[in-house]
Amino acid sequence: MLDSKIPQGPLKDKWTTFKFSARLVSPANKRKYKILVVGTGLAGASAAASLAELGYQVESFCFQDSPRRAHSIAAQGGINAAKNYPNDGDSIKRLFYDTIKGGDFRSREANVYRLAEVSNCIIDQCVAQGVPFAREYSGYLDNRSFGGAQVSRTFYARGQTGQQLLLGAYQALMKEAAKGSVILHPRMEMLDLVIIDGVARGIVVRNLISGQIESYSGDAVVLATGGYGNVFYLSTNAKGSNATAIWRAHKKGAFFANPCFTQIHPTCICVHGDYQSKLTLMSESLRNDGRVWVPKNSGDKRPGHKIPENERDYFLERKYPAFGNLVPRDIASRSTKELCDAGRGVGSSGQAVYLDLTDAIKRLGIDTIKERYGNLFDMYEKIMNQNPYQTPMMIYPAVHYTMGGLWVDYNLMSNLSGLFVIGEANFSDHGANRLGASALMQGLADGYFVLPYTMGDYLAKNKPVDTNIKDHAEFKKCEADIKNYTHKLLSIKGKRTVDDFHRQLGQLLWDKCGMARSESGLNEALNKIPEIRQEFWKNVNVLGSGEEFNQALERAGRVADFLEFAELLVADALHRQESCGGHFRQEYQTPEGEALRRDDLFTYVAAWQFNGVGQNPTLHKEELKFEEVHLAQRSYK
Amino acid sequence: MANKINLILKVWRQKNQESQGRFETYKALDIDTDMSFLEMLDVVNESLTKSGVDPIAFDHDCREGICGTCGAVINGQAHGPLKGTTLCQLHMRHFKDGQTLVIEPFRAKTFPIIKDLCVDRSAFDRIIQAGGFISVKTGQAPDAHAVPVPKDKVDWAMDAAACIGCGACVAACPNASAMLFVAAKASHLNVLPQGVPEKKSRTLNMVKQMDQEGFGNCSNEYECEAACPKEISVAHIARLNKDHRQAS
Repeated sequence: MLDSKIPQGPLKDKWTTFKFSARLVSPANKRKYKILVVGTGLAGASAAASLAELGYQVESFCFQDSPRRAHSIAAQGGINAAKNYPNDGDSIKRLFYDTIKGGDFRSREANVYRLAEVSNCIIDQCVAQGVPFAREYSGYLDNRSFGGAQVSRTFYARGQTGQQLLLGAYQALMKEAAKGSVILHPRMEMLDLVIIDGVARGIVVRNLISGQIESYSGDAVVLATGGYGNVFYLSTNAKGSNATAIWRAHKKGAFFANPCFTQIHPTCICVHGDYQSKLTLMSESLRNDGRVWVPKNSGDKRPGHKIPENERDYFLERKYPAFGNLVPRDIASRSTKELCDAGRGVGSSGQAVYLDLTDAIKRLGIDTIKERYGNLFDMYEKIMNQNPYQTPMMIYPAVHYTMGGLWVDYNLMSNLSGLFVIGEANFSDHGANRLGASALMQGLADGYFVLPYTMGDYLAKNKPVDTNIKDHAEFKKCEADIKNYTHKLLSIKGKRTVDDFHRQLGQLLWDKCGMARSESGLNEALNKIPEIRQEFWKNVNVLGSGEEFNQALERAGRVADFLEFAELLVADALHRQESCGGHFRQEYQTPEGEALRRDDLFTYVAAWQFNGVGQNPTLHKEELKFEEVHLAQRSYK
Repeated sequence: MANKINLILKVWRQKNQESQGRFETYKALDIDTDMSFLEMLDVVNESLTKSGVDPIAFDHDCREGICGTCGAVINGQAHGPLKGTTLCQLHMRHFKDGQTLVIEPFRAKTFPIIKDLCVDRSAFDRIIQAGGFISVKTGQAPDAHAVPVPKDKVDWAMDAAACIGCGACVAACPNASAMLFVAAKASHLNVLPQGVPEKKSRTLNMVKQMDQEGFGNCSNEYECEAACPKEISVAHIARLNKDHRQAS
């Protein structure tokens, strides 16, 4: 049923084959096509800039006040590439293999191979844009290692790699905006996708300053709107990060794939109060030099630095000697949870473990550590009011990234013609678990080096759309629907705030559909979510009007969508009766407590079709065929 | 353990760009000192909403000091009293029980107020469009190791590139000058070998755009450096002045 459109031929030739067989749009015809790109993170900004450079008309939308603020900016640790500059045995094939294995064999081989293949071009492109990657005294680029890899292939710019890469993409976008080849629409939020005769023809947006509902039409729509981690309320995502664009596209027919694949990042600053609005990540790069431990004796209340060496349990090194502190994120998170559940955690809540850089400070000196991680240490100190150079940091896992997303084929097009989905918003490359420093790689690969080719192939098959299409009844209907929806939200005038509902939903999902999931817990959540949703529509209080700058209204719309999406997330988790990557079902584990995959039953992508709010979605399967790698139980021991 | 404090807030309320603004007084009670400043505003907004008062509009997003979205002037200081800190990373433990906090938007003619504490900083985007980039197209790049870049130059570039574009430098400057922002952006690219071919046009065009937007002149007050949450040095302004002299 689902055609992933993977090119024929050997894995290593597929992308080359595609590029040769792709149809082209001549330079004179490119300017007749208009592409709407929603989102300006790494994927969206790089796509918009690259498509504009090719000569297409591009319009770029973001809800932030400037394209430069998208949440890619907060990525800390780095970006992977198979350059093999350190001469330590890396190759395209090894990056491909590590990514497939890291994703617990639930991603599409052809996509992942292409990702590894274009990874090197990304580094070249970013250096040429002026991204100040860390360098050695020789003037050549420095690398560090990340979880799930035994080579050093991560390029970085202090602890602010995402910021620097995003500024590079943003500057490329600004260069095109200056020429008029991209029209920028900041402070605009996409609220609907317009489908005419089965083809994506435009979007309906709300101008967040005036409140005006406006339509934009084009030949293709690209969603680069990020992940859905904020469905959990507390996450490392930005407060504004939301699933509205992808969810509303799903409601218009786009399939949603593997929503239960959510990543819980092991090293975040632990929670400290019910007012807490978000969680802060401490980069995985710290696990290069940091050691994770808990006291051997539960209930040891001495401060970390007072506990002697022989009374510490370096549990990741003990359990996984080959990878040690650099095991993939899902494994590190689960180990942490296990120990804390067993009463071995530290801090006032007992929901934390130590991340300790004392040995590294002794070995490398405080200046080197400051240079590598100074901004992270400063951030920790500001939040926790403790000096991490003197006492070990207290960390706990937190929702960080979502591998699931809208289903796309090899061309990054959804099942809806003309709707492309890139970056974290799609499901494609990370399977059931993403490796560190691979999100930046995928976002930029999609935007700079994949979409510009696949978009051309699509447009070449279609004549440019008439600009009068905006007069089509479907545009009018979508606008009217959105106005009614807004009016409905504003007219409830109940007793509870939007955040209050969001917190309640988040807590439920974290408890029942977080790091460990069980059939009974998931069923409980499935019963509870519709109740919360119904109460929301009866009792939420959104003040003000729709015809003004209204932040509560913006949040209300996003939370209303999370309340619908959560049900799909839980249903998918319930349906996948196996454990893999970030999806851990307590019923399916090995005797050692590791994730137990069931390859005979679940080696497929679950792509869900929307059938109405509260209705059971229809499952479409894309079988995953592994030709190059051998399916194996992951071992990091 | 966390302490609780009570505060009096005098907050700038302004419905939209056209309307007249004014200070309103609110009480912030039982504020946990481990809260961030924005979490404190969340708590105040929750109680305002419950009592039917339009919540205070303020821009924010990442809440980890990197996106540059948040910012307000607290008792006369952009991003509040703590050095090298954005508003979202400022915690309530730095305030005293019973204290009065005057909270205003970043004020400058070039940053029109949208609502309450939210301002329009699109002038910064237009300055970048004037030249704050390297004109390399996707696919044109040579191998990343084709041109070695001395470490001291990259470190200088990175110091400048750490700018988050929040606009505190403009809000802090008595002339509402954008020199620190423009200098950081130009300095990042001008020092790298990849940025040298466009150094002259970049410098002239960015400064020209800055003037056209209506930002004030730099008179070496150094208030910008003091307010900068990323502690970007005014040495970058000196470098911009040098580059500009050489270019013009």
